[in-house]
Amino acid sequence: MENFTPYSALAGGALIGLSAALLLLLNGRIAGISGIIGRALPPHQRGDVGWRLFFLAGLLFGPLILRLADGNAANIGIDTPWPILIIAGLLVGYGTGLGNGCTSGHGVCGLARLSPRSAAATAVFMAVAGITVYIVRHWLGAED
Amino acid sequence: MIKNLSTLFCGILFGLGLVISQMVNPVKVLAFLDIAGHWDPSLALVMASALITLGLAYRLIIRRPSPILEHSFHLPAATRIDARLLTGSALFGLGWGLSGFCPGAAIAAIGYGRTEALLFTLAMCVGIWLFRLIHGPTRTS
Repeated sequence: MENFTPYSALAGGALIGLSAALLLLLNGRIAGISGIIGRALPPHQRGDVGWRLFFLAGLLFGPLILRLADGNAANIGIDTPWPILIIAGLLVGYGTGLGNGCTSGHGVCGLARLSPRSAAATAVFMAVAGITVYIVRHWLGAED
Repeated sequence: MIKNLSTLFCGILFGLGLVISQMVNPVKVLAFLDIAGHWDPSLALVMASALITLGLAYRLIIRRPSPILEHSFHLPAATRIDARLLTGSALFGLGWGLSGFCPGAAIAAIGYGRTEALLFTLAMCVGIWLFRLIHGPTRTS
């Protein structure tokens, strides 16, 4: 547990919760990122795209501003080889489409609404992600 | 315009939250998922903190007849726990466990200047299109 960072985790989590609360209070929308991306992609419904693109632009700008303000704001380590990144991206896109949500839509917004559907989805993707990491690291020995 | 500016602001907050919490860092995410290794529980606190914040706010917000800038709330109508939900979530978990990227974190990592995240995101968009091709256009929730 040498890399445990409780304070930044609590602060960042509160910001994510605050963002989702504001989006609901102001626009009546659920901050599910996979859904926001999915329905921002063509073909889409008329009048349902603008707010999504602005949200996604903010999602890009927030980290960009932080990086310009402090180049050491984040340490993003990506050890996954690029062919695996592509396979993972395909799975995440297809899976969140089929399952109607991801970590934000089910894991944060759905659980906060006490939705049994989101609780089931979150339990499944957490368990499968944990098992995947276990197999990759401890069986296939990608890392010790 | 005010609607778009408000969602832009929400997106910025969300992106800042992802970077500050380090949810944007796949090494950190995978260390959280690796319970049998050098387990890093930080991301459990990210979720708990986000859940408590939104959970409390949700109860107050939902009492209103409508949101401030729109006529009505757009809440998910589906309640069924079916094979489609569980299969989709399992496939998402597999991709998340392989890469350490979820959709929001990948977009935020692009904003932070990581091109690998762009590669992941492009593949993710292809995945969404494949899903639509096979299952037809998604309903708006």
